Amino acid sequence: MTALPSSLLLDWKRIVRWGSICAVALLFVSLVGMPIKLDPKSIISPLLSLGYVSLFWLPLIFGYVASSRVVLEGVETSKPGLPDLLTGVLTGAIGGAGLTLLMLGIENFDIRDPLINWSPQLLEVLAFGARDLNPAVWIGIGGALGLFGAALNVIPESLRRGISYGFFTVLAVAIFEPALDDMSEGFRLEWLIELIFQKRGGLKLWPAIILASLIGMISIISKGKVKKAVAQYREQEAPKKKQTSYVLFGVIAALGIVLPIFMGTYVNSLLANVGIFLLLALGLNIVVGLAGILDLGYVAFFAVGAYTTAVLTSEISPFFAPGMTWVLSLVFVVILAALTGLIIGAPVIRMRGDYLAIVTLGFGEIIRLLFLSDFLKPYFGGAQGILGIPGIDLGVVYISGTDTRGIFYLVLFFCAIAVYVSWRLQASRLGRSWMAIREDEQVAEAMGINTVNSKLMAFVVGAVLASFAGAIMAARVGSVFPNSFMILISIVILVVVIVGGMGSIPGVFVGAFVLIGILGGPKQPGLLQEFGSLKLLVYGMLLVYMMLQRPEGLVPSARRTQELHQEEFLQDSWLKGTDDEEQSVEGEEAQV
Amino acid sequence: MSTEINNPESTNPSALLEFRNVNTHYGAVHILKDVDLAIYPGELVCLLGGNASGKTTTLKTLLGMVTPTSGDVVLDGEVVNSQPTSYRVANGVTMVPENRRLFKRLTVKENLMLGAYLRNDRDGINEDLEGVYDRFPRVKERLSQKAGTLSGGEQQMVAIGRALMSRPKVLLMDEPSMGLAPALVQQNFELIEQINNEGMSIFMVEQNANMALSIADRGWVLLTGRVILDDTAEALRANEDLQKAYLGGGSGE
Repeated sequence: MTALPSSLLLDWKRIVRWGSICAVALLFVSLVGMPIKLDPKSIISPLLSLGYVSLFWLPLIFGYVASSRVVLEGVETSKPGLPDLLTGVLTGAIGGAGLTLLMLGIENFDIRDPLINWSPQLLEVLAFGARDLNPAVWIGIGGALGLFGAALNVIPESLRRGISYGFFTVLAVAIFEPALDDMSEGFRLEWLIELIFQKRGGLKLWPAIILASLIGMISIISKGKVKKAVAQYREQEAPKKKQTSYVLFGVIAALGIVLPIFMGTYVNSLLANVGIFLLLALGLNIVVGLAGILDLGYVAFFAVGAYTTAVLTSEISPFFAPGMTWVLSLVFVVILAALTGLIIGAPVIRMRGDYLAIVTLGFGEIIRLLFLSDFLKPYFGGAQGILGIPGIDLGVVYISGTDTRGIFYLVLFFCAIAVYVSWRLQASRLGRSWMAIREDEQVAEAMGINTVNSKLMAFVVGAVLASFAGAIMAARVGSVFPNSFMILISIVILVVVIVGGMGSIPGVFVGAFVLIGILGGPKQPGLLQEFGSLKLLVYGMLLVYMMLQRPEGLVPSARRTQELHQEEFLQDSWLKGTDDEEQSVEGEEAQV
Repeated sequence: MSTEINNPESTNPSALLEFRNVNTHYGAVHILKDVDLAIYPGELVCLLGGNASGKTTTLKTLLGMVTPTSGDVVLDGEVVNSQPTSYRVANGVTMVPENRRLFKRLTVKENLMLGAYLRNDRDGINEDLEGVYDRFPRVKERLSQKAGTLSGGEQQMVAIGRALMSRPKVLLMDEPSMGLAPALVQQNFELIEQINNEGMSIFMVEQNANMALSIADRGWVLLTGRVILDDTAEALRANEDLQKAYLGGGSGE
């Protein structure tokens, strides 16, 4: 038998499939306008901008994916080698060819009417600013990136980890540049900033290389010890875990209190934004994560909190201006939010699943439209809103709306309350009834749980937490308008909860910092201001990715991981030949 | 076919749980038609019937999840027609649902505690927990495990344990043999018999008529919402019509 040497047998179908997907993705990213919009954000100045990163990562990832093998336990596979590298090159090249075609297309046709980014500007970016660059260059670039991606598969794991950590650190440092710049003054580290960053933004080349190799080295040397430590923490016995949790919590709390002192206005205002959304997300986490009520109109309670504060504290509120202090108004905020929770909740709560989601969505809009309506204009000012909301007088200190540090501390305080409440509730009888309802409403009822009351309570607790966020927002901005309470806010908060990990308090923190801090809220700019309107696209992509790959969220609650990956555990154990019908999943884990 | 309703004890005031001439409707559909039932303390009774004969509706009506359109549900001598499920659970009626239906993502311990949701007597709860552990040592080993990860047999133990945690006077069991491996079915019926022997009244809805009648004291047969047979388990097992209809024509066992 003479067969072709196996090293020349490539899986062409696979290459063409991944290559075409890569090409389509590249075209999409380009035509959506990412390279143009993100070009001003420099990563390594002047070599690499975020705009190019948005193009380069695709062939790299697809090269990596196309050349990775399905590894079956106990099934011998040949060592990764030349065929894999070739697969990567070809996949990347096919992807790059997509951009080549795009460049040729832009040069020869004009379909700018439907596709606004089909523009000379895009051509300029794709040609790296050069006038007559041969479009075929992109085939080469794609191939090179694909090769690099495939190479990541071939090299040992520790090296791969080192390279990717190094790369991500550089990216992160560049993204955090404005924040670091802002913080450096407080720490007297301006010299360091000057050393590593260019004046007009972006890392200098040599510091970037040094930083990447340093972090890469560290991660190679540490050999995944961090991961192990996290796993160890998760597997700790309950009382010990509690202790570690307390210590961790203490450290984070101390950092939260001390760090803002050293930070400038920019970072503090960023943190205040994150904090307000964090507070909202913590509230929604109770409603969605614990009680399993998919509330898509959560913004309604945010609006009620903000408007109550506005009416009660502003001296120029249209019909009724008692000019209360913020603290006193908070009492009424709580009462009104709870009432709204009951009023909206009562009819809605009897519905289930999809129906409930849609009806809450409607109620969320109704509240906004009421504030906007001519009918209530004499009371709430219609589209003009209510202006002149004073700052917050706490007796000892006065926090004006522009005092971002003060606002941040205030938000932090309320977040602490929210965390405490959700944490205590989880272990309480009420919390248990919520979880039972989330799991199986009918059986919960059969256990004697008054499901209607229990769900209403979840609604009310969520409403009150959201109203706190609204009250702070009103004082911070100094005015409220109906259009600050768009449906989008509900959705963004939900995305924060889902991306962070439903039902997980640390997850909500991570979600809020990553999404609101880096990308920004619906109207609030984040660290990456360049994203602008693309923000929502990224939100959507992130959501789809999370649903497919990590449905338990970034920092999952232990409960959800278990459930969602049960099948995989079972498959793994089957492959290892330890299957036993009667054996439970955890039993198997213990055996392995 | 003996369609004569022979129910001399239905007016007996000492019945624990009773249906007096109950009718229920889902919208315009008449489900239960003039049903009379009575469960006496310490009894193990079973309700037999084919699909769509109204067995599950009977249970739901007993538990208060469905309100009868006419007739009375009587618990311990008190008419409880308008009382919610929580009232009935607090006063001694508990259900082990069909297919066990544990709260899968909650731990075994949390499942058990949810059974005692309406109780406030901490000492009593702990006592009953110990009781469940004694009865099912395997459950005790798996307290901090998610209920969904247990095997079928273990889930059945937790489901029964959860029901017992409310300290019921009468245990309603919906199709206890449903979805269990054949080897476990026998074991499960032995368990039910044992709990009954300890003095618990049990009302069991079951398709596996042969098995159910082998441990029950009395039984009813429901056909399209009407009680067509009401007799002792022994007499039912000897009933030829029933043999043909439900017991597969064999001579039982």
